[in-house]
Amino acid sequence: MSQKKAPYELPIGPIHPALKEPINFTFQMNGEVIEKVDFAPGRAHRGIEWMGMRRNPVQILHLCDRICGICGVHHALVFAQAVEQIADIEVPDRAYYVRTIIAEFERIQSHILWAGVAAHELGFDTLFYLAWQIREESVDVIEYITGNRVNYGIMMLGGTRRDITADMFPRLEQALQYYEGLLEKMVNLFLNDKTIAMRCKDTGILTKRRALELATVGPTSRASGLAMDVRIDSPYAAYGDLDFDIVLPDVYNSEGNGDVYDRIIVRIFEIKQSIDIIRQCMKQMPEGPVLAEEKYAKLLMNLKKASGEAFARVEAPRGEDMHYVRMNGKQEAPEMWKVKASTYSNQMAWVEILQGEQIADIPIIVASIDPCMSCTDRVAVVGQDGNAGIMTKEHLHRLSVEKTRRLQS
Amino acid sequence: MRATMTPQELADRFIRKFGSRVSNIQVKERREGVKKLPQKTVWMTVSREDLNDAVAELISIDYPHLGVIAASDNGDMIDLLYHLQVFFGGKHEEICVVFTVQVPKSDPHVPTISGLIPGAVYSEREKQDMIGVTVDGIPDSRRIFLPDDFPEEIYPWRKDEKGIPPSMVKELWKVDRPTDRPVPPVAEPEPVEKKEPEPAKEAPSGGAAE
Repeated sequence: MSQKKAPYELPIGPIHPALKEPINFTFQMNGEVIEKVDFAPGRAHRGIEWMGMRRNPVQILHLCDRICGICGVHHALVFAQAVEQIADIEVPDRAYYVRTIIAEFERIQSHILWAGVAAHELGFDTLFYLAWQIREESVDVIEYITGNRVNYGIMMLGGTRRDITADMFPRLEQALQYYEGLLEKMVNLFLNDKTIAMRCKDTGILTKRRALELATVGPTSRASGLAMDVRIDSPYAAYGDLDFDIVLPDVYNSEGNGDVYDRIIVRIFEIKQSIDIIRQCMKQMPEGPVLAEEKYAKLLMNLKKASGEAFARVEAPRGEDMHYVRMNGKQEAPEMWKVKASTYSNQMAWVEILQGEQIADIPIIVASIDPCMSCTDRVAVVGQDGNAGIMTKEHLHRLSVEKTRRLQS
Repeated sequence: MRATMTPQELADRFIRKFGSRVSNIQVKERREGVKKLPQKTVWMTVSREDLNDAVAELISIDYPHLGVIAASDNGDMIDLLYHLQVFFGGKHEEICVVFTVQVPKSDPHVPTISGLIPGAVYSEREKQDMIGVTVDGIPDSRRIFLPDDFPEEIYPWRKDEKGIPPSMVKELWKVDRPTDRPVPPVAEPEPVEKKEPEPAKEAPSGGAAE
């Protein structure tokens, strides 16, 4: 071969090959191996914080629901917590439980959605369809409780807008039993499969030390053995009253070296944990109202006078979600509102975990931190001499699938 | 099991070490849930010269997790708020520490903490983009969330003349239907006869609180 060897640049995105939101990666390749990674986010910056600083807190609450389609209720919850601290609103005990139940159902649907995406990236499309089919049940329950499949709109400052009453429990229990019955099957399909293990073990390793230094959050850091879960560290809503532990990869005889396989383990066993949490909530829920102040105008009056600063944190399905709010008591809109979603923290780990891996592993490694990104067009491969070739999304996906087939044969 | 301390002990340790160089120390506890378990936070203001020392002191206690760096335009000053957490992993033991650093708008510089916490780089880049604080010594000073062709010297989170001018704001809800297009070939709906409204069915839960 007379061609000049390495390194050459492989740009991917801003329309992303594997996931659903624009981001631009630049890989420096040496043959099949990634030597250096760089990426530029910001292709879908919507200026949500800027918009929020021109609205009143109740309007922002519903804007929060729309920050993310998968973990929207967590954004609304964390914003409500921050404003409740500033305006000194006492949330009724029952509302804490309603918040916890809806948050855990959201975690179940998010983790199963992720499991489907991961299966698709590995070339197991049957498993992908199966995962998304079983996800429907959780979305149906959420619709039963809130009236919506996405953008639930159930949170309110000082509680929730709807109650979960005892006559709704049988439907919730039915969904929980459905998932409980499927858990063993999911463990078997994802964790006992030889090919998935071959593709995922020792792929995209993030050590515990680096996970801490790079400030990663959620299942990504827990898979690296870092015990960190806001629900346990700084309990909010009803989590302080419940009995559960942080899920680490050692629940499934893994050494916990922070690879893609460990991230699958953590997510699947967190579904089990969520089922337990919802059951405990249904058992312990106290009676009472679910909203501190039902008169909307009165609530807005109180918020207008509120002054101070606060931050709140919750454990969204993908990891820690954090909002900082400052209100000055002179105007309706907050003076400052900062949103930190979980991918914001986890994206730094990409540089670490993609280095030294192969092109075919890019989709599953990028997907393994469950980034909040959207869909898909093509990849341009630009040679050093400036000759551009086009590598489509299908091509990149096929590379990943071919690697799976190779390992299977 | 790691040794932990109370928020007050942590605050006292900073007072002993830094004396009057840390100010405005507030120890707050917010109680949530039926059991009213506390969420412990310590807020303190440090000068930008002492920021790295303060973070190093926190690291000597326990390696912190950096949540985010928030920023707020405060008139003549810009507040940078470093949200850090220590003692996570145990049940209800975590303490959140917030370092507030105030920098004057006439000289908006702050040192980087990425030497101590490498994960801070992205948050620091965002602050350069959004509020126009220059982070000295940052290993990567490119823009992160704003596009490359975004005008220089305009910072979306500023509330002064460097903020977004009204000419850049597109109020999409004010946009009317384009007038240069033909009227869509949709027939006007037939006027429907008004029926007597049916009595609303009882909601199964009766719990809607709107």
